[in-house]
Amino acid sequence: MAGSTTTLDGAAAGTTPRRRRNYARQYWWFVVPCGAVVLGTIVFPWVFTLYMSLHDYHLGGGQTFAGLDNYRKLIADERFLFSIIRTLYFTALAVVIPMVLGLLAALAFHRKFPMRGLARTVFILPMMATPVAVALVWTMMFHPQLGVLNWLLQQVGLPPSLWVYSPDTVIPTLVMVEVWHWTPLVMLILLGGLASLPVDPYEAAKIDGATPVQAFWHITLPLLAPFLVVALIIRTIDALKAFDTIYVITQGGPGTASETINIFLYLQAFAYYNLGYASAVVVVFFAIIILLAMVLLWTRARVRNA
Amino acid sequence: MTRGITRRTALAAGAGLLAAPPLVREANAQSAFDWKRFAGQRIEVSLTANPRSQILIQNQREFEDMTGIRVGAEAIPEQQHRQKFAIEFASGRPSFDVVGISLHVNKRQVGKARWCTDIRALMADPAITAPDFDFADFGAGAVAYSTQSDGRMDTLPEFTDYFILYYNKELLAAQNVAPPATYDEMYESARRLNDSRRQIYGNVGRGLRNANVVLWSSFLLGTQQRDCINAERQLITDTPDAIWAGEFYKKLLRDCSPPGVSGFNWNESQTTFMQGRAAFWLDGVGFAAPLEDRARSRVAGKVGYAVVPRGPAHHHCAMFGTGFGIAEASQKKGPAWLYLQWATNKTNQLRFLTSGAGSPARTSPYRNEEAISQSRFSREFFATLVESARISRPGLPEIVPVTEFRDTIGAALTSTIGGADVATELKRATDAFRPVLEQSERAG
Repeated sequence: MAGSTTTLDGAAAGTTPRRRRNYARQYWWFVVPCGAVVLGTIVFPWVFTLYMSLHDYHLGGGQTFAGLDNYRKLIADERFLFSIIRTLYFTALAVVIPMVLGLLAALAFHRKFPMRGLARTVFILPMMATPVAVALVWTMMFHPQLGVLNWLLQQVGLPPSLWVYSPDTVIPTLVMVEVWHWTPLVMLILLGGLASLPVDPYEAAKIDGATPVQAFWHITLPLLAPFLVVALIIRTIDALKAFDTIYVITQGGPGTASETINIFLYLQAFAYYNLGYASAVVVVFFAIIILLAMVLLWTRARVRNA
Repeated sequence: MTRGITRRTALAAGAGLLAAPPLVREANAQSAFDWKRFAGQRIEVSLTANPRSQILIQNQREFEDMTGIRVGAEAIPEQQHRQKFAIEFASGRPSFDVVGISLHVNKRQVGKARWCTDIRALMADPAITAPDFDFADFGAGAVAYSTQSDGRMDTLPEFTDYFILYYNKELLAAQNVAPPATYDEMYESARRLNDSRRQIYGNVGRGLRNANVVLWSSFLLGTQQRDCINAERQLITDTPDAIWAGEFYKKLLRDCSPPGVSGFNWNESQTTFMQGRAAFWLDGVGFAAPLEDRARSRVAGKVGYAVVPRGPAHHHCAMFGTGFGIAEASQKKGPAWLYLQWATNKTNQLRFLTSGAGSPARTSPYRNEEAISQSRFSREFFATLVESARISRPGLPEIVPVTEFRDTIGAALTSTIGGADVATELKRATDAFRPVLEQSERAG
C-alpha cells in the first residue's frame, strides 16, 4: 500500500516538490479587524496624546509646536507635584485599609454562623451603589453643622469633625468613603480564595498542635497570597483611577488639599481647556502607572514562583 | 344744531390722510409679521440646567405653536455644559443652533473664537425681527455685558445676576441690629450676632476654591481699584486694595462664619442660611427662590433683602450674566433668531422675575406692578434688584482663562481662612497666574 501512503513531504514521497503554502500570511487577514480596532482605540489616541503634549493648544485658540515645554512646566509646577504626592497618599490608604478590612471580613464570613448569607449580602451592598450617588449622600452627611455624622459623634460624646471641609482631614475622609465602598470587593475576592483552599494542611497542622494564629500565618496567608495579589492589583488600579467621588465631594478642595492627579488633569483639560499641558500630564501619569504596574506584576511573579 | 366743515377740521382731516400711509404700514407690519416663515424646520437648543431653562423648556410649546418650528432642547448642569459647548464649537460642527452662555465665564472665549454669530444684523432685519421685540427694553448693563470689545453682539442678554445681601430678620431683630450700610458695619454686626455655642453664625459665604473669588471680588469692587485687571489688561490682584479685600474676606469667614466654611460653595451656604443658622449671606439673587419655600426653608417669610454694603471708596455689587447665542456654523440662523426673540420676550422675562428664578435682562418686568404684587417675594426684594442694577459692575474680569483665574486666586483665599497671610498668598497666586494671563492675551 506504499502508493496510497500520503505524506506532507512530497519530495520524500518521490512526488514533484511543491512550494509549502504559508498559511500564516492568509491568517493575517483575520487579525486585521481586531488590529484596526486596537489601532483606532488605543494606539492612535496614544500617539495623538504624545503629539498634543508637544504642542501649546488651548481649545478655541491656535496650536503651536512647543517641544518639551509642557514637560518642563510640569516639573516646575508645584500644584502638579503636590497632586502626585496626594495621589500616592490617597492610593496607599485606599489600598491598605480595604485589604486589611477585606481580609478580616473574608475570614469572618468564611466561618459558618446563623444568617451568614444575609450578612454577606448586606456587607456587599455598598459596592453595588453608583459612585456619584454615594458621593452625594456622603457630602450631605459630612456637613459640619447639619450632617448626620457630627450628630452621631455628639451622641457618643465626641467632638464634631470638619470631615471634608478641612485640609487636614479631607484625604482621610475621602479614603473612608472609598473604604466603605470597595472593601466588599476585596472581601469577595478573598472569600473565593478561602473557599478554594485545601483542608489537608489544616488537619495536619491541627494534629501537630498548631494554634489557629499559627495556622493563619503559616498556612492561610501563604496559600491566599495569589488572591491577595489579585485584590491588591485591582484595588491599586481603582484607587489610582479614583475621580468621581473626589470630584463630587470636594472638587479637589478645600483649596487644593484633595487635588489628585486625576482632578488636576480634568481641570487642565476641561476647565482651563489647556489640552497640550493636560496631554503632558496624561503621559507622565501613564509612566507612573506603568511603573507601579511593573512593581505589582513583579510581586505577583515572585508570589507565583514561591 | 349742526356745524359745517370748518377750516380747522379740513386741515386736521388732510393731515390725517397724509399720515395714514405710514400708520397703515406700521399697522401692517405689526399684524403681518410672519412668525410661521420657518414652519416645519427643527432647531437644537443647548441650555444650562437652571430654573430659567426649566421655565423655557416648560413653555416651549408656545414657541412651537406660534412658529411651527420644532425645538429639541437640552439642559445640562453648568460645568458639563460649558465643556460640552466649548468642545463642540471647537470641533467646527456644533450639534446645536442656539446655546446658553455664562458671560462671566465664557464671554471672551466665545468672542475671540467667533463661535457665535453677530446678532445685530438679524436684529436690524424687520423681516425676521418682530415689531414688538423692543430691544430698548433690555437694560444697558446687560447689553454691554453681551457686547464684545470689538462691538460685536454675539449673545442676546437673558439674565443678570446681582450679588445681594440676604439677612435673617429674626436674628437681627433679636439683637436690635440694622442691616449694614458699609462692609465695616457688616463685619461688626456679624461678630455681634455670632454665637458659635448655639451654632448660630454672623455670616455664611463661599469659602471653596474658585467659587469664593466672586465674594472677594465683591469686596474689591468697593475699593478705589474695583477691578482685577487694569486698563492695560494686566493682573492687579496683589495691590493694597486687593489685599484689603482679602483681609476683609479672611476676617469675615474666619471670625464669624461656621467651622468648615473653607469647603462651602453657594449650596452649603444656602442650606446653612435656610436652616436659620446664619445672619448674613452675600450671594447671587438667583438663589432666592428656595429661601421663601415654606416646605424647605426655616426662614421663609423672615428673609431680608438689601443691596450689598458700601466699600471704603465705591458702592458696587458684582454682576454676572447669561445670554443666548446662535452658532456661527448653524444653517438655521433664521429659526434660531426667532427662538431667541421668544426666549427673551417680556412674558418669559416676567416669568423669571416673579418665580424667583433670577433677575431678567429686560427692564419692563420690574415695572409690572400687578405681577410684582402677586409674587411671593416682598417689595423689598424687587427694590433691591432695581437698586442693584443701578450699582452693578462685572464681578469677574473679562479674560479667557477665567476658570484658571478663579482656581488660582480662590486657592489663595481658601488658605487665608485657614490662617495664611493674605498678602503672601495673593502675591503667590498673582505670580502664578500672571504668565497664564499674559500668554492668553498674546494669543488673542
